[in-house]
Amino acid sequence: MIELENFSIGYGDKALLSNVSAAIEKGSLTALLGRNGSGKSTLLRAIAGLNTKYSGRIVLDGHDRRGMNPMELARVMAFVNTERTRISNLKCEDVVAIGRAPYTNWIGRMQPADREIVMRSLASVGMEAYSHRTMDTMSDGECQRIMIARALAQSTPIILLDEPTSFLDLPNRYELCNLLRRLAHDEGKCILFSTHELDIAMSLSDHIALIDSPCLHLLSSREMKASGLIERLFKIPVL
Amino acid sequence: MRNLCTIRNFYKRIIYTLKYSPIVLFISLCALVAVLFSIDMSVGAVNVPLTDVWAALTGGDCPAATARIVLDIRLVKAVVALLAGASLSVSGLQMQTLFRNPLAGPYVLGISSGASLGVALFILGAPIIGATGFISSVGIAGAAWIGAALVLAVIAVVGHRIKDIMVILILGMMFSSGVGALVQILQYLSREDALKSFVIWTMGSLGEVTTQQLYVLIPAVTVGLALAVLTIKPLNMLLFGEEYALTMGLDIKRSRGFLFLSTTLLAGTVTAFCGPIGFIGLAMPHVTRMIFRNSDHRILLPGTVLTGASIMLVCDIVSKLFVLPLNAITALLGIPIVVWIVLRNK
Repeated sequence: MIELENFSIGYGDKALLSNVSAAIEKGSLTALLGRNGSGKSTLLRAIAGLNTKYSGRIVLDGHDRRGMNPMELARVMAFVNTERTRISNLKCEDVVAIGRAPYTNWIGRMQPADREIVMRSLASVGMEAYSHRTMDTMSDGECQRIMIARALAQSTPIILLDEPTSFLDLPNRYELCNLLRRLAHDEGKCILFSTHELDIAMSLSDHIALIDSPCLHLLSSREMKASGLIERLFKIPVL
Repeated sequence: MRNLCTIRNFYKRIIYTLKYSPIVLFISLCALVAVLFSIDMSVGAVNVPLTDVWAALTGGDCPAATARIVLDIRLVKAVVALLAGASLSVSGLQMQTLFRNPLAGPYVLGISSGASLGVALFILGAPIIGATGFISSVGIAGAAWIGAALVLAVIAVVGHRIKDIMVILILGMMFSSGVGALVQILQYLSREDALKSFVIWTMGSLGEVTTQQLYVLIPAVTVGLALAVLTIKPLNMLLFGEEYALTMGLDIKRSRGFLFLSTTLLAGTVTAFCGPIGFIGLAMPHVTRMIFRNSDHRILLPGTVLTGASIMLVCDIVSKLFVLPLNAITALLGIPIVVWIVLRNK
């Protein structure tokens, strides 16, 4: 679903990833791990089309990313960034409805089918009761769910999330990752999310992509646990 | 008892629905604009009764002098107020959403200053090149468009490299001050007659607009508003920021181009003919959001047109009643609104 071929990216002279080849499958939840500054966001942003300064190929659902225009890309992949997005005076239903933008006409007119997808997306994240609430009166966890519902409404086979758990407390983090896992398994989506939560990533995701600059290790969670790579990369020097 | 409660809740819900129903609000605002427009036509140095205003407009029976006042002076002025208020407010709405900053507006970002510099160069230079009549109207508008577009280009280039909105706002303020200094130098060096017409222009005036200038103002503002309608969906996507807008399939470059062109035409043209009018562009989008309790631009854009037109008509009525420069009135009315918004958001 997401394939990297001889992919290299970096800042200036510093190579974050070089000559990486990997394939991330659909119907599975993949956690992207790595130290601060190792290039997790950079990689996600490159896949999302927000950073084009890379070499090699990114293939999304069989198409080269470079050959896709924003509209084609928006129908294959949805993105949730790290920002705390709160739009005041807009009902959750309308927030999620903007996710239908790649399919609606010039003024964003919603068809009955679009409305149904919006309600289904809200239901998938367990927020259908909030459809008439506005985001300014909601908690961070609830807002994050709405932003994920917006990504779902884009009806894409791929969803990328950049540190979706960073503002959430521990129960909410587990709940959110469980939700992502369920969406990947039940709806057959390819979900890739970056995180610093090693425990959650190991216990809930199907695969782990570990950035060990300039390499990317992509293994199933069990293989990753057995490999000892995580301990090596995340060991605390003082201890 | 329980029945009574249900009935009361039912009525409460109906009243709530009516209070925030966009259709009811739109109808009320349209009525408000119509009422204010009529008052604006009748108030002035000579008060003309509404029946005479109506007669003059429809070609009915009224004194010839009254008909001339109404048609040649008042109508032009009221139409200019309507267009100026709507244009500046829509431009403010576009900038606030694009830059995701509640304090953005054509005045704050320096777009009006850029237009002012263009106009200053033109007005103070016009006696030298001898431009008059229609050519001078087009010249003033053209100079303002160039000035506004240059400022927007600078903001766009800087904004692309530096994502921090504070930097853009500070640049806008610096630009306004810098332009102010340049304009002072120009004034110092220019001839007396040109100076006077420029000083009057800076005080902001709807009455200086001639019928001839209206032929430039109306088409320019119409094109600006038409472009604004085309940016409704992009603006809704930009509520989430550029990253989200891009990943939802928005062609950012094209949309930004449309937005800048629209704002240049709206704020630039109004500044060209009415002088730099502050605070309206900043305040009215907020007032509209508050009235409609909605951030959807399909509601906000027409709503802002109506609230902007209303406030400008009010400003014009007040400035005529007390014979004061318009810019002082927009500031005196606009500042409390902005202060209220800032305090309310805290």
